[in-house]
Amino acid sequence: MVTNATSLGRNGLYDWLIQRASAVVLGVYFICVLGFFLCPGEATFADWHAYMTSTYMKVFTMIALISFMGHAWVGLWTVSTDYLTSLQLGKAGTTVRMIFQGGLALILLAYLFWGVQILWGVK
Amino acid sequence: MLVSIYRYNPDTDAEPYMKDYEIDTGGKDLMVLDVLNLVKEQDPTLAYRRSCREGVCGSDGMNMNGKNGLACITSISQATNGKKKLILRPLPGLPVVRDVVVDMTMFYNQYEKIKPYLINETAAPAIERLQTPEEREKLDGLYECILCACCTTSCPSFWWNPEKFIGPAGLLQAYRFIIDSRDNATSERLADLDDPFSLFRCRGIMNCVNVCPKGLNPTQAIGHIRSMLLDRAT
Repeated sequence: MVTNATSLGRNGLYDWLIQRASAVVLGVYFICVLGFFLCPGEATFADWHAYMTSTYMKVFTMIALISFMGHAWVGLWTVSTDYLTSLQLGKAGTTVRMIFQGGLALILLAYLFWGVQILWGVK
Repeated sequence: MLVSIYRYNPDTDAEPYMKDYEIDTGGKDLMVLDVLNLVKEQDPTLAYRRSCREGVCGSDGMNMNGKNGLACITSISQATNGKKKLILRPLPGLPVVRDVVVDMTMFYNQYEKIKPYLINETAAPAIERLQTPEEREKLDGLYECILCACCTTSCPSFWWNPEKFIGPAGLLQAYRFIIDSRDNATSERLADLDDPFSLFRCRGIMNCVNVCPKGLNPTQAIGHIRSMLLDRAT
């Protein structure tokens, strides 16, 4: 058993499930967004505005945003623990990895709150 | 034929280098181990491991023209795949002891972690613990592993985390004991693998399947363990 304090669920199966479930949500979300433009007829700004400000799309966008956060954290945490380690970078490994993971957490949280502001700010 | 071999003697060399040898194979499609024996006649300082010379002991695992395999059961034509030069390097990802001999300690440490023996606390029967033919059949494709390390050392996840990721060979053996009807430590074995590194560092790129000289499928075994963990936890 290899413990880790920075993985999303502190558990391999949990992280694995989150990554796959979030990938499905993101896949369906992008199909819905792309589907709007692929529908026959001219796509006007008014139609797009109405589509994206509907409660259905707002909730779905929020779910997609949270899925994006989980997916990005698990994926990039994996990258950081593969390549930004003492084995690759020597003594600086742990510091570089923690800076990377801390920066990533800040960026993802910023995306979340910014996303909420945009979603519920548009009238 | 031209043979290029990775040479490194830590006592005399500052760094590793590739050395070329011209070998007369007599027009035969020899096994790579035979070629190494011919090189050894030319240059007795060359070091490599070998024992059974028939793909059973797993001693002579090495990287031949970019692909891991056993030198004793890989022919020149298989290794070179039409190229003129045979290029031999040590198994990647493990420290080199000398030339194509690697230090397997990290590989064996991971193997040890999966407790590669039957655990059964019930009273031992007078003769042996019996299995039905169906129960025994479940071990096919698992017990044949000879621990040559060709799979584990071809896996980038093991290269990056050799102290945390068990690697395909160890995980194939983990499943071999999990699925054995005579073992009753399944729950503990699964719990030991349920962290972000030991098993879940497998990204399914299947290099292990591609190089296994015994034709085994560690990725499939890892998938089975993952399914068992999923069954247990959801």
